[in-house]
Amino acid sequence: MKGKGQLNYWKSEYIGRALVTFCGLLIVITTLSIIVFICGKGIQSFTESGISLKEMLFSTEWKPSDSDPKYGAVIFIVGSTLVSIGAVLLSTPIALALAIFINFISPKFGSAVLKPVLELLVGIPSVVYGWLGVTILIPLLRESFGGVGFSLLAGIIVLSVMILPTITSIASDALSGVPFSYLEASYGLGSTRWQAISRVIVPAAKTGIFTGIVLGLARAFGEALAVQMVIGNAVKLPSGLYSPTATLTGILTMDMANTINGTAWNNALWTLAMILLFISFLFIFLIRMIGRKGER
Amino acid sequence: MWKKSVKFGIAALLITGVLAGCGKSDSTAEGNADNGEAKQESYSGTITLAGSTALQPLAEEAANEFMGKYPNVSITVQGGGSGTGVNQVAAGAVQIGNSDVPSAEKLEDKSKAGELIDHKVAGIAFAIVVNKDVNVDSLTLKQIQDIFSGKITNWKDVGGKDEKINVINRPASSGTRATFEKTVMKGVKINEAIGTVQDSNGAVEQAINSTPGSISYVAMSYLIGEKKDLKTLKIDGVEPTVENIKTEKYPFWSYEYMITKGEPKDAVRGFIEYVKSEEFAPKVKEMGYIPMSELE
Amino acid sequence: MVSRIVDKVWTGVFYVVAAFVVGLLVLFFAAILSKGWGFWQPDFLFGKPSNTQAGGGVGPQLINSLYMLVITLLISVPLGLGAGIYLAEYAKQGRMLNFIRLCIETMASLPSIVVGLFGLLAFVTLTGWGYTLIGGALAITILNLPGLTRICENAILDVPANIKEGSLALGATRWQTLVRVILPAALPQIMTGVILAAGRIFGEAAALIYTAGLTTPLLNFAADLSSPAHPLNIFRPAETLTVHIWKLNSEGIVPDAKIIAAKSAAILVIMVLLFNVAARFASVALQRYFAGNRRTTKKKMSDAA
Repeated sequence: MKGKGQLNYWKSEYIGRALVTFCGLLIVITTLSIIVFICGKGIQSFTESGISLKEMLFSTEWKPSDSDPKYGAVIFIVGSTLVSIGAVLLSTPIALALAIFINFISPKFGSAVLKPVLELLVGIPSVVYGWLGVTILIPLLRESFGGVGFSLLAGIIVLSVMILPTITSIASDALSGVPFSYLEASYGLGSTRWQAISRVIVPAAKTGIFTGIVLGLARAFGEALAVQMVIGNAVKLPSGLYSPTATLTGILTMDMANTINGTAWNNALWTLAMILLFISFLFIFLIRMIGRKGER
Repeated sequence: MWKKSVKFGIAALLITGVLAGCGKSDSTAEGNADNGEAKQESYSGTITLAGSTALQPLAEEAANEFMGKYPNVSITVQGGGSGTGVNQVAAGAVQIGNSDVPSAEKLEDKSKAGELIDHKVAGIAFAIVVNKDVNVDSLTLKQIQDIFSGKITNWKDVGGKDEKINVINRPASSGTRATFEKTVMKGVKINEAIGTVQDSNGAVEQAINSTPGSISYVAMSYLIGEKKDLKTLKIDGVEPTVENIKTEKYPFWSYEYMITKGEPKDAVRGFIEYVKSEEFAPKVKEMGYIPMSELE
Repeated sequence: MVSRIVDKVWTGVFYVVAAFVVGLLVLFFAAILSKGWGFWQPDFLFGKPSNTQAGGGVGPQLINSLYMLVITLLISVPLGLGAGIYLAEYAKQGRMLNFIRLCIETMASLPSIVVGLFGLLAFVTLTGWGYTLIGGALAITILNLPGLTRICENAILDVPANIKEGSLALGATRWQTLVRVILPAALPQIMTGVILAAGRIFGEAAALIYTAGLTTPLLNFAADLSSPAHPLNIFRPAETLTVHIWKLNSEGIVPDAKIIAAKSAAILVIMVLLFNVAARFASVALQRYFAGNRRTTKKKMSDAA
């Protein structure tokens, strides 16, 4: 009896342990292979098609179909950056207000209504957001400002709704992590609720809020279909908020399927995917930096 | 209990996978079973097509009819874009690659192009379309070139009312745009800095419909049926009809290609012949394409 | 006195913002449902799509979406659970754990189009499968694995230590404790997380365009399992409902493409709504079932990344 139990112990303990360790390692393997695959394709622009790194990163000329093709990615990098930063600027104040509302103003309404509402907003597929953008937002913009409606501004508005739940939920977690005694102490000193929130609670939750903002930025940067449907995709630097431009993800969705493996054009697109990958590394680095600073 | 059902699920999945894997290798072998030529009535096997979204609806329709005639044949039509079509057929992943342009124009490595054989299966006409509020009915080639290169920016310069022209382009990799550049622009560069870019016929239609003073180009196959919202312009006073294309009066059209690696055999050959045949021609016309029988 | 007024004004602002966001969601649902009114008609839900005539349905796409969801969950839930258990119970603090966490963060922040392109290289080209349902399922697994891992890890960590200690003290092995004691206690939280993840799987499109393809063979249950026409064959191309909306908006030549897209969007948001309601019910029901275990549970701050 004892022997058998012992055997079972070893079996279950080690098989189980091996299985779950494998799952953990699988994540590492998958991540590494994504990096290897994308970078392996991405550097072919430089190694095989002879595009210079300098041209790719600093030129605003993207003319892959010309007889003298040019592969400058600046327009897309700037486009992606502007649209994501714009979305974060628009979304953060609202997200912060919601997070405060959920934690301090009316937790009951917050958890009964706002949280499910945010979960639903997360759940709405990005193509549906894009579709809403084209059918509701674009006509609205055109009626208010004239012109075509497809613009940087439209991209910013659509994205800001899509990243709202991300920033809200993380900011809300950060706020709820602030010790209750802070609030009590602040009240004890005679401050109003607004004073306590704005001078004590929010500063104390700064780190978490910044993390939420960076994550929102990352999500906005990577979003493809919804932005592509509303931003206008003109291959030029935007001349203002109400001017169309193009993003990294947008040019990828439009051109990847129509170009042929091994051509310089196709390789250049893979390099754009690689740039996208590196930018997401940058965001992770930022989040870690913020986290480390917060610990201190 | 729950764990068990998961295990069972995985097992079922694996079995399905293995079965499917086996089945696949079987069915590809089948295609060689008969020796085509003589026995027209006994095609069998699996054909996969991929590529051009412009040709996809026609190919799907042809596949359905062909499978109805020869129940032993199984045909799958995939989209993905002309580039994907050429890629996949060159890699041997599909038997037929659909493309808007001849394979040689897409491939950089000309040695590879030699293995691929282009079959013209239908003609496709394109039309210059404008928003309904534009009161111009015909443009000359020169006027179109000036509009898309940014020299003319107001409708009043081409006989219309005083209204800004909103140019809408397709992405540089699109087959429709390639045809537009070749047959209409004739070497005059499209100005990327004006107007917006829409990914597809559908997005163009939506943008034209809702943007006053807009102009773009779409495939005629997209304009059939109840889609009467778009206004079609004549080019040099010539309407886009099959008659005018046959007599070379209307320039804006191209062939659609089905590309095979090496000479097609058996069911693949039968299918391509069927798409070009008199028998299928009425359907081709109904869907807004031009049957080969009328072009040769 | 001024500070009191300022306080009141800000409280008002917060209420306005909260109401605005709720109103926004209501507006979205109203817009989608009104444009896609009639989406429940059986002809539409189960009908065959048509290439040329109006009145086609989305039957195959709906089947694909559901089947894709099932396959993805079958792959990603065990993996996420395993990884979550590993992180919560077995991984030792140190470089390795730090590295795994870095990988999870990286995976979580990958743009879905990059994952789609990776899928194109790995599951479509390298394996030689072509566009397949399983390729799509694997791509979405990559997108969802970090989230699922985190959900499982947090759920396990949330189980009070005294339960675990009690079990170990009674002579149970670590694995027995895990399977018999900890997992059941963590189940409600895991279920809720999984159902919410399911909603997101249902809505994914960008990654699927490059992996599961833009087409559906005519489905036929009578076909051989190996034939691309058999609905349960995972090695067939499978256009899901989300991809269908995208395609209809771009290249749909059927006259009623827009109505089909609107109705499909309506089905999608209804499904999302159902998933959310289901998650809520599941968590309430399971929590009641396991009541007692969780009295002392302190809400953990889910880690930021």
